[in-house]
Amino acid sequence: MANEPNNILQEVTQSEYKYGFVTDIDTEFAPKGLTEDTIRYISAKKQEPEFMLEFRLKAYHRWLEMKQPDWAHLSIPAIDFQNIYYYAAPRKKPELESLEQVDPELLKTFEKLGISLEEQKRLTGVAVDAVIDSVSVKTTFTETLSKLGIIFCSFSDAVKNHPDLVREYMGSVVPSGDNYFAALNSAVFSDGSFAYIPKGVRCPIELSTYFRINAANTGQFERTLIIADEGAYVSYMEGCTAPQRDENQLHAAIVEIVALKDAEVKYSTVQNWYPGNKEGLGGIYNFVTKRGICKGNNSKISWTQVETGSAITWKYPSCILMGDNSVGEFYSVAVTNNHQQADTGSKMIHLGRNSRSTIISKGISAGRSNNSYRGLVKITKRAENARNFSQCDSLLLGDRCGAHTFPYIQAENKSSVVEHEATTSKISDDQLFYCQQRGIDSESAIGLIVNGYAREVLSKLPMEFAVEAQKLLSISLEGSVG
Amino acid sequence: MLLQIKDLHAGINGKEILRGVNLEVNAGEVHAIMGPNGTGKSTLASVIAGRELFDVTQGDVVFKGQSILEMPVEQRAREGIFLGFQYPVEIPGVSITNFMRTALNEIRKYRGLEPLSGAAFLARMEEKKKLVEIQTKLTNRSVNEGFSGGEKKKNEIFQMAMIEPTLSILDETDSGLDIDALRIVANGVNALRSADNAIVVITHYQRLLEYIVPDIVHVLYEGRIVKTGGKELALELEEKGYEWIKKEMEGR
Amino acid sequence: MTNAPLNDVSLFIRWFDEHLKTIGRNDVPRWRELRKQAIKTLETTGLPKPTDERWRNTDIAKQLSLPYEQHFEDFQKDLDVEKIFACEVPDLDTFLITMVNGWYAYRNSALRILPSGTIIGSLSRALRDAPELVEAHLGHYAKMEGNPFAALNTAFASDGIFIYVPDNTVVSKPIQMVNVVDHPENLFMQTRNLVIVGRNSHLELVHCDDSHNHTAGFTNSLTEVYIGENAGVDYYKMQNVNDHSTVLHSAWFNLQREARLNSYAISLNGGLIRNESFVTLNGQGADANIYGLYLMDKKQQTDNLVFVDHAAPNCTSSEMFKGILDDYAHGVFNGHILVRPDSQQTIAYQSNRNILLTDKARVNTQPFLEIYADDVKCSHGATVGQLDSEAMFYLRSRGIGEENARMLLMYAFAAEVVGKIKIEILRDRIDDLVKKRLRGELSICDQCVLHCSKPDQPVVFEIDMSKI
Ligand SMILES: Nc1ncnc2c1ncn2[C@@H]1O[C@H](COP(=O)(O)OP(=O)(O)O)[C@@H](O)[C@H]1O
Ligand SMILES: [Mg+2]
Repeated sequence: MANEPNNILQEVTQSEYKYGFVTDIDTEFAPKGLTEDTIRYISAKKQEPEFMLEFRLKAYHRWLEMKQPDWAHLSIPAIDFQNIYYYAAPRKKPELESLEQVDPELLKTFEKLGISLEEQKRLTGVAVDAVIDSVSVKTTFTETLSKLGIIFCSFSDAVKNHPDLVREYMGSVVPSGDNYFAALNSAVFSDGSFAYIPKGVRCPIELSTYFRINAANTGQFERTLIIADEGAYVSYMEGCTAPQRDENQLHAAIVEIVALKDAEVKYSTVQNWYPGNKEGLGGIYNFVTKRGICKGNNSKISWTQVETGSAITWKYPSCILMGDNSVGEFYSVAVTNNHQQADTGSKMIHLGRNSRSTIISKGISAGRSNNSYRGLVKITKRAENARNFSQCDSLLLGDRCGAHTFPYIQAENKSSVVEHEATTSKISDDQLFYCQQRGIDSESAIGLIVNGYAREVLSKLPMEFAVEAQKLLSISLEGSVG
Repeated sequence: MLLQIKDLHAGINGKEILRGVNLEVNAGEVHAIMGPNGTGKSTLASVIAGRELFDVTQGDVVFKGQSILEMPVEQRAREGIFLGFQYPVEIPGVSITNFMRTALNEIRKYRGLEPLSGAAFLARMEEKKKLVEIQTKLTNRSVNEGFSGGEKKKNEIFQMAMIEPTLSILDETDSGLDIDALRIVANGVNALRSADNAIVVITHYQRLLEYIVPDIVHVLYEGRIVKTGGKELALELEEKGYEWIKKEMEGR
Repeated sequence: MTNAPLNDVSLFIRWFDEHLKTIGRNDVPRWRELRKQAIKTLETTGLPKPTDERWRNTDIAKQLSLPYEQHFEDFQKDLDVEKIFACEVPDLDTFLITMVNGWYAYRNSALRILPSGTIIGSLSRALRDAPELVEAHLGHYAKMEGNPFAALNTAFASDGIFIYVPDNTVVSKPIQMVNVVDHPENLFMQTRNLVIVGRNSHLELVHCDDSHNHTAGFTNSLTEVYIGENAGVDYYKMQNVNDHSTVLHSAWFNLQREARLNSYAISLNGGLIRNESFVTLNGQGADANIYGLYLMDKKQQTDNLVFVDHAAPNCTSSEMFKGILDDYAHGVFNGHILVRPDSQQTIAYQSNRNILLTDKARVNTQPFLEIYADDVKCSHGATVGQLDSEAMFYLRSRGIGEENARMLLMYAFAAEVVGKIKIEILRDRIDDLVKKRLRGELSICDQCVLHCSKPDQPVVFEIDMSKI
């Protein structure tokens, strides 16, 4: 009985990934490998205008000169970029008016995920832009939205139908040469989502995309662009699940957010891609660049993420607080188990006067995983009266994992205040005993305590997501906690 | 007989704390265990509840006719043993409501009962909250987080009321309470007394026993029960102080 | 002697080949071996670049690009040390060891044996007279990999201070190590110190860097401190050098079971000061407190790097660094706590607090935690801000003038660190210095850091602090 906590941890770390299945949809591939030709092929396939091809090629040439970053607290096996398919599209691209016409295999997949379009449509009032591999298959609620002037479509459609918006904002927040993976994405990105909320419009529903990585050996290079015009508001949800694969899969997405004067964008992510098996085999490499700019005064961007999946995560959703009185927020729960590695956090760059930012990060490490918070808070000279508060806590389950905190704070002005706090702890025996004395078994107790620990962040999620996230937290740490 | 403790020896890291405790508790009884600080009262409570920190080296604890020493703590709880902690721990982010709902449903499941419906659960919460004069606000807060001493103790009695245990062990539920809180806590406990359950109150002071009148009083001293009597023993103790016990023991 | 800038590693490699005989004339075999490794390390890694994680906030290129006079053996004629330096802190009674321009001042004297059996003297002498002691510790604690200046020091240093405290010995008064820089040309100085403290012993060490003129000296010194089982060391590092000077100092502490360290880095003036403290808690129950205070103005920069390695279970460490930055000053703090996989029951705490007085002053703070054990309590905090405006208001509402209120609050901010100093006379002295520093009255004086321009005039605040 004395070593019961160990048993619990073992059980906890033995639950298998529940979303491991492969959907059988015919897929069309670009030839393996990356050359200028690949890029021309992608661009041609997508019938893109010339400026897109130029953008891609420029990024490609930048990428060739760059080196994969090695500063993160991650050990990344060498990636053979020539052994990846950079483009895959469902062969019969359906043009659908109703769900009945959707490939039944696909519907089944969604059902397994518990997010069938039908159900979504009927119950939640959420517009779903489903991305299977690289091409959007179905967009719902477009009509409701279009009445308000809101554009919510796939990135490719946006390129076709709203080239001026794309041209103006694409790459304005994450330049094509921003970093190695951003350059790669800019060269080869397949598709993604695009949203534009016009002046003064409050988007009445949560916009949502569920990503799936489906074809074996297919790199996923989504690109999302969200623009909130003056006084607009939108809440956007991104959810990801990937089927089980033995080979590692690279995922290098870009998300750009632009908030103009008085606009507010809330971006929520629940990420539970395949983390690899218990021995650390397989799993997704999630190397994502997410950045928003609070361009106008009084604008606000808020990132909330619950990260439980992926073998390796490299991700720093950031805010450039350019407008005066602008607000940036980052709320994160990152769980790593088994051999997962995560190096994640946020950057808050304060340029505007009275700009404020908050970072709340809750890391949970179990198994043999390593979980790092890495963040930058930079207060420039101009950012008078800027404020930042950061709280980065780590919770350790078991004695073979690591929890690390790497904050970087740079302050260049005397009227600002930066506060950073962090703690590292484990679930105390006293807490476990207290729960157990009330009749709760140790596994449930861990789930309860972990969810409590993350509550501050979970409470920032939209309702639809919060429940799923809570479930995920428990699932990724143990088998049965609800 | 509800609880029978036979020649119980227990300790920690090779240091013996309980040195042969014998105790019998029947349904319907209220026992008080008194004694100076550091004599092993909390240790005894923890061992009965099943805290693995302590090693039982000799003796037995029998509850409802079966030895429970091999039972994990949550199973003992589900069998009906409740421990009111001397120092209740804080669990950040877990609301009392959520906590109690999880606990009650797991206990019910163990007993083969359906989980309580949301409405029934809430109704029960409301009823029991009144018992210990707890405000609604408190139950929405995280378990014990930022609670005052009095709030923590009230919360323990509230949980006892929710769970309706057969055997409740209340470890210094009175210490650190002002007189109003003490009265509330005692009233709560008294309301839960019945012919089917038993309560063991552990206390350092006689004061609590004016409110919760015990049937039997024990004095625990250096890991053993050295005196047992009626409620007048508590008064005698109060009057003569623990020095009296000390002298008497040394005199032997 | 050479005279050249320091930014060309190939020059160092050439000098090494040319001067190894001179540099290493007293070498024990271990050091000879280390020197060769060091030069290889330098050859592969080069000198620090802004892209190196530990140097990203301190660009040392300018300092390295100046020409410096560099000597591979003692170049000074017999010195009258008493004339150059006499500690005048009233009542601070110490065993004094003086270095002048990077060389041991009493160069031909034998090792000194104090009544307690403690040995002090020059490292070069110890290499000859106590080689086995040196061999057992030299280069065992300083890590050259990733630390180019440690490698540079290991390759070229040939003198410094040696202290040996035998087991069960309490050294009766502090040992004071002073490096005085007084030379008409810019000097590049590398000194190597070795301190060995035996079991159950105790040592107080006061280490001062001082400049007497306004040349742009560059000091790269390295001190290794071995603290035996249940022994204690209080280490005071004080810096008060001119605005052109560059002082790099790294201290490598290795604590055995139940050993205790209190380390203080007090930086009052300097061009570029970089203090590196590497603390390895190597045995159960070891305890380290690392304190720092930096008061900088003009274009000065201090950079404190503190790396605490919890290599054994049940150890505790606590860091407290505070800084006030005025004018264009730049403060850098790099904290790193490493808790190794089996170092359970670790308690580690790290704090860095800064006050910026102008919009031109800057702070970079990076308090890192790297934790591989679960039963730990680790926390850190970092803040950058200004004087508490409510406290300001409170003081002023009691009739205290704004200037004085500011001074008081700054003083109170610094006093938290000063108050940790254990040697009373030293604490009072530094307390005085801090007050003077905050009032802008402190200048480089003609003697050691514990002097100031008018030592006989105590600092008096205009207000009675007891009334607040
Ligand atoms: N976790 C523990 N570790 C070590 N000793 C303990 C622990 N808990 C209790 N003890 C020791 O056991 C003895 C009895 O403690 P306790 O049962 O708390 O006494 P009481 O509740 O009667 O005041 C004391 O000497 C105490 O120091
Ligand atoms: Mg007790």
